[in-house]
Amino acid sequence: MSIFEYNGSAVVAMVGKNCFAIASDRRLGVQLQTVATDFQRVFKIHDRLYIGLSGLATDAQTLYQRLVFRHKLYQLREERDMKPQTFASLVSALLYEKRFGPYFCQPVIAGLGDNDEPFICTMDCLGAKELAKDFVVSGTASESLYGACESMYKPSMEPEELFETISQALLASVDRDCLSGWGGYVLLVTPTEVQERVLKGRMD
Amino acid sequence: MGDSQYSFSLTTFSPSGKLVQIEHALTAVGSGQTSLGIKAANGVVIATEKKLPSILVDETSVQKIQTLTPNIGVVYSGMGPDFRVLVRKSRKQAQQYYRLYKETIPVTQLVRETAAVMQEFTQSGGVRPFGVSLLIAGYDDNGPQLYQVDPSGSYFSWKASAMGKNVSNAKTFLEKRYTEDMELDDAIHTAILTLKEGYEGQISSSNIEIGVIRSDREFKVLSPAEIKDFLEEVE
Repeated sequence: MSIFEYNGSAVVAMVGKNCFAIASDRRLGVQLQTVATDFQRVFKIHDRLYIGLSGLATDAQTLYQRLVFRHKLYQLREERDMKPQTFASLVSALLYEKRFGPYFCQPVIAGLGDNDEPFICTMDCLGAKELAKDFVVSGTASESLYGACESMYKPSMEPEELFETISQALLASVDRDCLSGWGGYVLLVTPTEVQERVLKGRMD
Repeated sequence: MGDSQYSFSLTTFSPSGKLVQIEHALTAVGSGQTSLGIKAANGVVIATEKKLPSILVDETSVQKIQTLTPNIGVVYSGMGPDFRVLVRKSRKQAQQYYRLYKETIPVTQLVRETAAVMQEFTQSGGVRPFGVSLLIAGYDDNGPQLYQVDPSGSYFSWKASAMGKNVSNAKTFLEKRYTEDMELDDAIHTAILTLKEGYEGQISSSNIEIGVIRSDREFKVLSPAEIKDFLEEVE
């Protein structure tokens, strides 16, 4: 059994027109047993930057705490928020530091950069970055997510349509994966506002 | 005075509250060759005298103004070898920042880290402070910036400043000549005139050094031919 499949997870991020959406499932399991149905996998770094962490839940929480620590010090020293690209480089460097004893997480980073340009990327547990213009996925449901996103995605979607698309893609994919599901959590970020919504799907 | 009894150890305060070694380091700076910097509206210029001990020295091999990153340059007054060590450390810090964030280091951050290095050498055992003051000139997202860093590790942002032998005359001259909306070419002329004020002997394109950074964010040390053109404009 793979350590990445111990807790079960699904995280996806998509780019729209001057906006982005990041979503995750809500199940926390210990192999076949479900232990929580409200587990948070998407975290805020600052108002325009979010990170979703799939994989081993304990590593996701610890990594998030370390990243917030680094970002807060950066904010104090440089008197500004980190750009998404800069943050992605930081996450990559932090993961590679543990090259021979890694964090068992696959981060998905989504943010609004300069000129409100949406930025998304994912990386493996060792920090190999993968930038994308359309969508990025990670977790035990990643293969289903790839298929669902590829068929449902359209470029330059408005926020409402983007929300519909990412929600449908997430719910359809986690239904094909026994280790993730129990609803969904979607964050839609535009230059002016942030919308959070909880989805109800097949609760199993 | 009681101070001299405390001047042997860097890490001991004197009764008057001073670290006497730092005072001595500042004296070393004050007897070094004059250097100055001016922040213009669209760039920064730094300049220094380049008096060589003999005419037999190959002046093309001496470079007092150095580049720390493509958009940050530095000049000094004081001990040359100490300057070289600081340049090496600062360049490394700038590259470490880039490796971590894949973003070029902001000027304030590099100044902060260089100053931290200089401060370390005022609070460690068995070392002495650096015998240089630095003038760091850079251009980043916050525009043109000019910072001075002292042997104690304190740093200040300046609109125009001078250091070294002729510091008081040079600063008075700069105070009179400086304007907020100065263009870079005016600033270069002012820098040359300020150096000329305190120069013993004839100023020429081979015995001064000028470094410039414009809004293109590329720090350049001017060649003797370019300096000659500016000198002629000033005459």
